[in-house]
Amino acid sequence: MSIRLKIISEMQRIAGEQQVTLPPLDDDLSLHETGFDSLGFAILVARLEDDLGIDPFTISEDATFPLTVGDFIRAYENVPA
Amino acid sequence: MSPREAFALRDYLSPELKGRSISDARQSVSLTNILEQTCLVGRFGQLSARSVLLAVSDQLISAIAMTEIDGVARRMLLCPPDLNADHVQALIEDVEIDAVVTDQPARWADSDVYLIVAARPPVRAGAKAKTARATEWLMLTSGTSGVPKIVGHTLEALTGAIVADGPARGAPPVWATFYDIRRYGGLQIFLRAILSGGSMVLTQPAEALADHVARLQAGGVTHISGTPSHWRKLLMSGAASGFAPRYVRLSGEIADQAVLDGLRRAFPAASIGHAYASTEAGVGFAVNDGLEGFPADILGQNSDGVEMKVEDGSLRIRSRRTAHAYVGRSAAVLTDSDGFVDTGDMVELRGDRYHFVGRRGGIINIGGLKVHPEEIEAVINRRAEVRMSRARSRRSPITGSIVVADVILADDVDASRSGAIRDEILADCRAQLAPHKVPAMIKFVPSLDITAAGKLARHDA
Repeated sequence: MSIRLKIISEMQRIAGEQQVTLPPLDDDLSLHETGFDSLGFAILVARLEDDLGIDPFTISEDATFPLTVGDFIRAYENVPA
Repeated sequence: MSPREAFALRDYLSPELKGRSISDARQSVSLTNILEQTCLVGRFGQLSARSVLLAVSDQLISAIAMTEIDGVARRMLLCPPDLNADHVQALIEDVEIDAVVTDQPARWADSDVYLIVAARPPVRAGAKAKTARATEWLMLTSGTSGVPKIVGHTLEALTGAIVADGPARGAPPVWATFYDIRRYGGLQIFLRAILSGGSMVLTQPAEALADHVARLQAGGVTHISGTPSHWRKLLMSGAASGFAPRYVRLSGEIADQAVLDGLRRAFPAASIGHAYASTEAGVGFAVNDGLEGFPADILGQNSDGVEMKVEDGSLRIRSRRTAHAYVGRSAAVLTDSDGFVDTGDMVELRGDRYHFVGRRGGIINIGGLKVHPEEIEAVINRRAEVRMSRARSRRSPITGSIVVADVILADDVDASRSGAIRDEILADCRAQLAPHKVPAMIKFVPSLDITAAGKLARHDA
C-alpha cells in the first residue's frame, strides 16, 4: 500500500473511532476542515509512526505542521528512507 | 523513655505458644523457641543504643535479627534487597549509622562504620537480649528514582492497626506475603504473624511462582497479602488452583473491581479485603465488601483513632499509626501543621464511594488536559479478556503527549480475536472516559514489568 493510501485509510479509521464525518480528502482540503482536532492528529501521527517507522514532525527541529491534506501526505513521502 | 514503658518484638514471642514457625524455601525455624536462638552470635549487646543498618540479603535471618535488635538498638534501618548500592553511603550519613548487621561482612571491611556484626543462620544463644528502649524503626520509601526517603516509625505505630483488629478468630493464622518483609507492606504481615501467635511463610528470591504456591500450600498458609500486580500475576499463572487461603489481602496499589472479582472467583471461600497503607501514612483502613474504592462515610474520625479527609483531591491521614518523621539531613516535613500526612493518592467521589484514581505525581498531561493512567487501566481491566494493563504517555509532536495502553490478554483468548478485542476495549474507553483519556493505541504484550516493591513499573511516571 502506498504511503498516501495508508495515511488516508488511517484517517478514515480514526474518523470512525472519533465519530467525525470526513469530507472528501482532496489535497487542497485544509487540515482544519477535516474535522480532526489536535488529539485526532496526535493519534494519527503516532499510529503512522508505528506503521511507517517515521514521524516527520519530530525528526526535524524546524518542521512546521502542514496546512493541507496534500502537505501532510508529502511530509511523509518526502522523508528520506 | 524508661525501660519499663518499652515494648519490643521479643515481648510478643511467648514460649508458651507452641507449633509456630517462620520458613523460606530452604529452612523452617521454630518461633516458639526463637528467643533462645541468635543470628548475631550473641553480639546483640554490642548493638545497645547504636544506630543499626540491617543489611542482610536473607529475609529469614533478617526477621530473626529484627527480634534481637528491636528494644536494644537506638534505631534500626531496614534495607530492602533491591537497595541501590550507590545510595548506601548517603543513608549511613543521614541516620548516623554506627553499626551494620550483614551477612556479607567482607563487603564492609573498608567502611567507616564503627561496628560490623556478621549475621548468620540461627544458633542457640547463650545470653538473652532484654528490652531496654523503644527502638526507632527506619524504613525506605519505594520510589523509583533518586535516594529513597527514610521514614521513621515506632513499633507501636507499626502495630497499631494489628492491635486494633484484635486477634484472629479460630486457629492461629499462617501468614504469607508476596512482599519482602523489609518493605512496609511485608513488614506489616511479618508483624501480624508475630503478634497473632501464628506462623509465617516467606518468599524466596528467584523462586518460580508455581513452586512458591506449592510451598504456601504445604505450609498451610491461611492468610496472604500482596499488591494487585502480585495477584494478577498469580491469577495469570494458573498456579492458584488448589490453594485455598481463608483471607486474601491486597494493598500497595489500587485494587480495581476486575482484580477483586478475579480473586473472588479464584478463592470462593476466602474473605477478600483491600487495605490502604503506605510507608508514610501507615495503615489507614481495610475494605472488606468486595467493591473497589471505599465508602465515603469512613472519612472523619473512626473508632481506631484514624482520621481521614480529602483535600485538593488527595487523601490525608492523621493517626498514631503514621510515621513520625522523615529522617535525614535534608528531610522534608512529613505532616502538615495539623498532623495530617498527604498521601499523594488522588480520590474521586462517585455516588457514596470514593475511588482511587492515581498518584498525584503520575499524571499524564495531554495538551493541557490531565489523566491518571490508573483510571484508564481500571476500564480496560474490566474486560474479561484482559488480565492486566498499563497506560502510559507517549511523546507527541502535536499535543506533547498522548496516552497509549499495553495490554496482557487472558490465557484463553484466541489471538486471532485481538483486532476485535482492541475495538471493544476502545469502545469501552470511549463510553466511560473523556475523549483525551481514550488510548490512542492499544498494544498487546506478553508481560509487564513489576518493580521490586511489587508495583506495576511506570517508567514515565
